[in-house]
Amino acid sequence: MKGARNRPGNDPGPRPEVLLALFAAALLLFNFPLLAVWNVPATVFGLPVLPVALFVIWAGLVAILAMVSERRREGGDGPA
Amino acid sequence: MIPAPLVLAVSIGYLALLFTIAAAANRAAAHGRSMISNAWVYALSLAVYCTAWTYFGSVGRAAAGGIWFLPIYLGPMVAMLVAWIVVRKMVRIAHAHRITSIADFIASRYGKSPTLAALVTLITVIGIIPYIALQLKAVSAGYQILTASGGATPAAALPWWRDGTLIVTLALALFTILFGTRHLDSAERHEGMVAAIAFESVVKLVAFLAVGLFVTYGLFGGMADIWAKAQSVPEIAALFSPNTSRAFDYTQWFALTLLSMLSVLLLPRQFQMMVVECTDERHVRRAAWVFPAYLLAINVFVLPVAIGGLVLFGPGRMDAETFVLSLPLTQGAPALALFAYVGGLSAATGMLIVETIAVSTMVCNDLVMPAVLRRPGFAARAPGDLTGLLLNIRRLAIVGVLLLGYLYFQVAGEAYALVSIGLISFAAVAQFGPALLGGMYWRGATRAGAFGGLAGGFLVWAYTLMLPSVAKSGWIPDAFVRDGPLGIALLAPERLLGLSALDPLTHALFWSLLVNIGLYVGLSLRRAPSGAEASQALLFVDAFARHPGAGAPVFWRGAARLDDLMALAGRLLGPERARAVFEAHATETGIADIGDLTPDARLVERVERALAGAVGSASARVLVASVVDEEPVDMEDVLQILDEASQVRIYAHKLEAASAELKAANAQLKTLDQLKDDFVSSVTHELRTPLTSIRALSELMLDAPDMDEAQKAEFLRIIVAESERLGRLVNQVLDLAKIESGLADWHTADVDLAHLVEAAVKATGELFRARGAQVEAHLPQGLPTVRADADRLMQVLMNLLSNAAKFVPEGGGRVDVTLRREGDSLVVAVKDNGPGVPAGEGDTIFEKFRQGGDALSRPSGTGLGLPISRQIVDHFGGAMWLEQESGGGATFAFRLPLQPGGGRTP
Repeated sequence: MKGARNRPGNDPGPRPEVLLALFAAALLLFNFPLLAVWNVPATVFGLPVLPVALFVIWAGLVAILAMVSERRREGGDGPA
Repeated sequence: MIPAPLVLAVSIGYLALLFTIAAAANRAAAHGRSMISNAWVYALSLAVYCTAWTYFGSVGRAAAGGIWFLPIYLGPMVAMLVAWIVVRKMVRIAHAHRITSIADFIASRYGKSPTLAALVTLITVIGIIPYIALQLKAVSAGYQILTASGGATPAAALPWWRDGTLIVTLALALFTILFGTRHLDSAERHEGMVAAIAFESVVKLVAFLAVGLFVTYGLFGGMADIWAKAQSVPEIAALFSPNTSRAFDYTQWFALTLLSMLSVLLLPRQFQMMVVECTDERHVRRAAWVFPAYLLAINVFVLPVAIGGLVLFGPGRMDAETFVLSLPLTQGAPALALFAYVGGLSAATGMLIVETIAVSTMVCNDLVMPAVLRRPGFAARAPGDLTGLLLNIRRLAIVGVLLLGYLYFQVAGEAYALVSIGLISFAAVAQFGPALLGGMYWRGATRAGAFGGLAGGFLVWAYTLMLPSVAKSGWIPDAFVRDGPLGIALLAPERLLGLSALDPLTHALFWSLLVNIGLYVGLSLRRAPSGAEASQALLFVDAFARHPGAGAPVFWRGAARLDDLMALAGRLLGPERARAVFEAHATETGIADIGDLTPDARLVERVERALAGAVGSASARVLVASVVDEEPVDMEDVLQILDEASQVRIYAHKLEAASAELKAANAQLKTLDQLKDDFVSSVTHELRTPLTSIRALSELMLDAPDMDEAQKAEFLRIIVAESERLGRLVNQVLDLAKIESGLADWHTADVDLAHLVEAAVKATGELFRARGAQVEAHLPQGLPTVRADADRLMQVLMNLLSNAAKFVPEGGGRVDVTLRREGDSLVVAVKDNGPGVPAGEGDTIFEKFRQGGDALSRPSGTGLGLPISRQIVDHFGGAMWLEQESGGGATFAFRLPLQPGGGRTP
């Protein structure tokens, strides 16, 4: 149905598969064992690695989510 | 220090400003212009997540343990990644069923159960009290820091009527009442509140960033400078070194992330803002990334402020939870300290307002109203409007909840850090997770499962987390926590069954969720859902399956009287709004007067939904049931109703599909009509050209009888040639029409293509010889035959060859004809060394009357040869195309499929 695309109820939005993949990635990146990778006694730009890593990952996730959310997707039905 | 009257004046002024904003938003809404219907405002309103905990507590936590304040914000980031899937579904469901609170959501899902609603409300009230205490503690502590000199201990115990915290509590209660319960809204929407909260979110972010910038770049030379200075103080350095003393507790980290992931969806205030106050579910898409971005921004300076404070004050000398205020205050920026206080006030009041409004709605709809309704003779005894009663219950609930918070603050507040208090509440609302999220995706979940899970999880939470928090404050003997009740170590609240590997919070979360999920799943599996549960399950789980507006199936059987329904609606909604409900129904069903409405299932359902907006779905169910005669709906009825509804939907679908098909057919017809017009005009144009020359030459000869013979003969020859061309054109047009209309005669037989190509080359030999061109045929032997019409294929070959003959250069022309097998088909290619087809005309060359080259230079032809050839090849299931050669020349090729079962050699 072509008309359905403009109805408020059927905004296709970002693809559910992409969101679920990001969700899984975020859980992995923010937890053990990857967390142990960032948790080392070193510094970057004079700052400890762990907080810098967490904030960078965080910003990256926001950026990717913003990208997939703001991109207009043509056609397709909403996720069931 | 800052004089107390100034702090008070600023605080009151700020609250007045909030009130003005809210009033403006309410006014705009009354005029039909929504200030909050906007994805950015929606995202900012979600930032009510950041409370005094974030504002003051995070710094305290960071000063005590480095990055341990972060999981509380990483969880929401993770959760928001799937907001478009989960939150949108919650919004869709809530709006479809006029759900106004989390208790309502869960109760409604499991068959509109009043017991379940009451349980959820009870858990919320008890669970959220520590959190409210936290805000009160923060506001009063902040006030003391600002007004006391040096931030020392507060003055010794004041009599209760002079206790600042109590006064703050009562002032906030008054403020919230004015804010949230001025009138009863059927959808429980508060435009003014949302606008004010969005504004508060901006204020607290700006204030916190201002303090962060002041500390990082005003007091220090950037973040790296703070870190370097911290390294030089051994005590601070040890605190933040990753590999010291205790190992990094990854389990607790995960537990905190999970906890905040659930909380950002399940906290009453988050549910209120995210789901109930959502004006358009499309806003979720943008808010899903703006909200985590906000959290990121407000957290960037937490560590610098915490470490900076430790460096400046020295570790342990000053309560780190007040660094946001004490740093600017002691470092010569009292104005900034005051602004920071306003930011903290924003964070605390925002939380308190939304939380208490949400909780008061739940208390009113799901605890008090059902009790009121159950009183014998209630319906007969209380005539008239009930809206006033509803509002008063809510006002009392707001005061009650805030006072309970104050009480907890007095009991346990001083013993705990802000963050620890907040986490107790987080763990309580996490208990809603299985019932709520499971109910949205699992049809088989039942009321018994939800009830068992919630009750079990809550009891474990109370025993393992709430009780110890009270015990640690000295109200219960501490041995109870240390050694277990009656000295039974296996039952020790923080080491249940001897599990001592986890910290208290993770321990409580693990046991409570284990019991919760275990009972939820186990009890749900034990018994199939009843009719009422199954019908609601379908409406929730398949929320996206229905078109918005197509109407959900109505699971109701019985008889009702219109007067009863109207009277009921009038009492709970007020006469005007009740009338509007019935008028809307009349308009939709095409009835002029609301007195003529039939009180059918749809109307009953509509009234119930409208009531649900005012008193919650469980109470609405009880109320409606009290005025109508209804038959119990069992599983069979559910299936039957569903079947009827799906029949209607199928018809609607079919109708839609049929009309779409008609539209498409119409569009196609229009295109064909256009094509036909183009074709007719092209044909007539092509016919006119030879006719004009025939006529002109004939007239010339007629006018000049003395024309010499040679001239005459020349003219006549042209006339004959033009007549032939005319004849050919007419034949081809007829031919094409026949093929296109499917009326052509086809004599299909096994055709040996090699043979045919050879014959065609021979037949056109004279043409090539006349232009001095060479033709060479490359024909492998032993290829299989194709099923086709030999005469028609001959026509195709002759057309391609004569085209080639026309375009090869005079004298040096060369044409190669190849036949080869490609997979399941045979390919014939005719390659010439002519000028080739100009770029861009490759596609149009197969269209009717499109001849290659410009009008002047092109050889004579009708422009129908290629279209006819293509039609013929298409008819036999093949394809014809043009291959452009880079070094000039063109290759026309076509492919014919081998007959089914082909591949055998003839």
